[in-house]
Amino acid sequence: MTAPLIEAPVLERTLRTALRSGGDFAEVFVEDRRGSSGRFDDGRVEELTTGRSRGAGIRVVRGDTTGFAHTADLAEGGLAEAAEAAAAAARSGGGGVREVALTRTPSNPHDIAVQPESVPKARKVELLRVADASARAEGGSIRSVTASYADSRRRILVANSDGLLTDDDQVRTRFGVQTVAAGDTGMQTGYESPGRTLGFEYFDEFDVEEIARTSARRAITMLDARPAPSGTLPVVLARGAGAVLFHEACGHGLEADLVQRAASVFDGKVGTQVASPLVTLIDDGSYDREWGTFAVDDEGRPAQSNVLIENGVLNDYMWDYLRARKAGRASSGNGRRETYQHMPMVRMTNTYLTPGDTDPDDIVRDTEHGIYCVQLGGGQVNTATGDFVFGITEAYLIEHGEVTHPIRAAQLIGNGPETLHRIDVVGNDFDTWTGICGKNGQGVPVSSGQPTLRVTGITVGGTAA
Amino acid sequence: MSDVDLLSLARGVAGAAGPGEQIEAYVVRTRETDIEVFRGEIDSLAVAGVQGVGVRVIADHRQGFAWAGTFDADVIAETIAEARDNATFAEPDEWSGLPSVSDAANVAVPDLDLWREELLAVTTDDKVKYTIDLDARVSGSDPRIREVESTSYGDGLVEAAIASSAGVEAATRRTVCSASAVALAEADGQTQTGYGFSVGRTFADLDADQIVAMATDRALRLLGARQPKGRRLPVVLDPLVTAAFLGVLSAAFNGESMLKGRSLFLDRVGETVAAPIVDLADDPTDPLMPGATTHDSEGMPCRRNPLVSAGVLQGFLHNSATARRAGTATTGSATRAGYRSTPGVGVRALQLKPGARGHDEILAAVPDGLYVQSVSGLHSGTNPISGDFSVGAEGLMVRDGVLAEPVREVTIASTLPRMLLDIAEIGSDVTALGGSAAGVTLLVSEMTMSGA
Repeated sequence: MTAPLIEAPVLERTLRTALRSGGDFAEVFVEDRRGSSGRFDDGRVEELTTGRSRGAGIRVVRGDTTGFAHTADLAEGGLAEAAEAAAAAARSGGGGVREVALTRTPSNPHDIAVQPESVPKARKVELLRVADASARAEGGSIRSVTASYADSRRRILVANSDGLLTDDDQVRTRFGVQTVAAGDTGMQTGYESPGRTLGFEYFDEFDVEEIARTSARRAITMLDARPAPSGTLPVVLARGAGAVLFHEACGHGLEADLVQRAASVFDGKVGTQVASPLVTLIDDGSYDREWGTFAVDDEGRPAQSNVLIENGVLNDYMWDYLRARKAGRASSGNGRRETYQHMPMVRMTNTYLTPGDTDPDDIVRDTEHGIYCVQLGGGQVNTATGDFVFGITEAYLIEHGEVTHPIRAAQLIGNGPETLHRIDVVGNDFDTWTGICGKNGQGVPVSSGQPTLRVTGITVGGTAA
Repeated sequence: MSDVDLLSLARGVAGAAGPGEQIEAYVVRTRETDIEVFRGEIDSLAVAGVQGVGVRVIADHRQGFAWAGTFDADVIAETIAEARDNATFAEPDEWSGLPSVSDAANVAVPDLDLWREELLAVTTDDKVKYTIDLDARVSGSDPRIREVESTSYGDGLVEAAIASSAGVEAATRRTVCSASAVALAEADGQTQTGYGFSVGRTFADLDADQIVAMATDRALRLLGARQPKGRRLPVVLDPLVTAAFLGVLSAAFNGESMLKGRSLFLDRVGETVAAPIVDLADDPTDPLMPGATTHDSEGMPCRRNPLVSAGVLQGFLHNSATARRAGTATTGSATRAGYRSTPGVGVRALQLKPGARGHDEILAAVPDGLYVQSVSGLHSGTNPISGDFSVGAEGLMVRDGVLAEPVREVTIASTLPRMLLDIAEIGSDVTALGGSAAGVTLLVSEMTMSGA
């Protein structure tokens, strides 16, 4: 066991300072983050980077107002100064002294077999080289390869005026390959980049050669792509491929902060049918070793599995401390923040649709004309209206029940709740997608998963006549 | 808040360079206030400062980098050692190296005043009051505005310093200030959102009237939006949308992308890449642009760089390393995403040269078309290498020269090269917006709109 980032008596005194002018709740969040990354580009190891940051964020809540301040100075004086600033920001009147006695709640950080910082840099560099060679071996049309490696170790500690004291040690590793292929039709790109809450043992599970080949094949395939059709069509989303769509178009609308602002299409819909009966949507921060996994969230709440939609019926939203407090209930373990410099808010972790019982091949066979989507790029959603857009980065036409020609990049556009209702068949397979979810300027690691499924109609914004 | 002198700190780090080694320190300090108001109450108020240092070490043409989010002397020493160690794993690149003072010999440092001391004197109470008032004004502007999703105020003091063992030294500082509101309008069970904002260098620059009008009008005029049938038609881009497209196009002028074979404009200097009415430049010396600065992220003086003149491609933007490799001089276009990154190449203040007619006059000449108020998924929906794009759009149809019924759930698609050639008119309304490109009304002769 490593030493605590800050000793309990110092935290107790800091919390007392934060509450001195009358807050209802105070919290100290301490973070110590180290990471390394490497990039291979243009045929050579371009760069190795090492980073280090450490600091504390302090918040004081009074009524509906939150005051927040942060400091990189973890000495008791620095913490006291930040506590004073957060208390002043909460604009408290009143006064008085409130003592806080902390009780340590042990968390259960995930076992890390090989700490990335213990691995020689030369080994990380070698992986990048292997990936470059593997991608280039896929064919002469590959013009450029960018391979990237990144690891991070994030130790956190949370103490609050309810007496909570807990911590976590989160280690993540991600490897990615981006390729560019050139042909008669111009240039096309391929990308593959899985991430997990694992140490260097990530590479026992993922073969960098395979990641590189997947990326390269994707770029080469797209060289033969035809312009995408335009109009509303059935879309079969291959396992994992559409996960980001459900994250964006449904998940965000189920975040309690947006719901409480009446800025979600799902506001007031608990207990009602919001999706096809085939849809069960879960958010699970305890999902084994996934990219969005942790032992406790950034408010010290243990990760848990939350059923959001069950057989099409809206069961619950996702909650952080503040929103749960307002609603008089418990947090669901979804309070997250990018760094100690940010205030926590409701965030997803690993969000997924559960598998059904249809053979995925039958789903394609049963589709006369449509699109088979293997990878989506990024997307965007307006949570107030539910309207979304997503770029497709690898997709094919379905003609007479068969996957045929690749189609060029195009945008899928639709409405989250409508799309949920239009899911008419769900496969018995499953895969996940890794991403960094951005919300109000904060990025946090998330994953999303889904079986192969079909949406009866999504608008495809292609350029074909 | 530390009162460390940033340039002295950077000099100290650069001074650690040993024989045969170059060291550059990039030191940043910011102070920010962020206020969020919801339903007339302060939802959150954050006061925070960030400081950090990024260290580049180059030895034997190998570059290593490390950063630290603190000015703590022990950690900085560790960071220098890490950067040195990282350099030994990079492969030699004959073009790598820090810029020298002579690289900037012929360029005058622009005289810019980007720091407003008076912003420091504005009390937090005044900022809070402003935000609460703004929230009330948006929410009371029209009965159909059922909620203000968020009203925010933010300001920042941003200071940076660079020093290198090659003798380059620079210090920059600027103030920024912004406020915004997102209005939710509702009618007949349909909700629409409208975003309004104002940016400046100090508190007095903010225009609350503009924020209220913009957030309200943009939400209200979309009420009743429906999905139209898809077809090809002329498209008028709102200034915000033009700025977003320029942001995506900016990658094509990046000298680093060009050298790696990833620019749309590879081998096209001197050729026609846009309609003859198009003049485009990146001008960080324009103090009205939020991205204005005297020096780039390597300490080189900034200057105006013409990119397209009368539709003809003039050249690419470079930092010192990409310039060396391309056999040219740096254009003062090194950019960094803070102290945690090495210098890349980027635009700071892209601007189209204004045309003769304003927004309304341009619309008046369109008998049948689409007015695009906002786009979504622009970055994910654009292939920066091929230039193909397909993005979500909302806006209004244009009929007989005026804005008509609103539309939603459409995409507009074309390719960036095609779109540049199809620019039929540029508005006279060039305005600095929040980002690295100025907005202006733009008429594009044809795009594919897909709908039902």
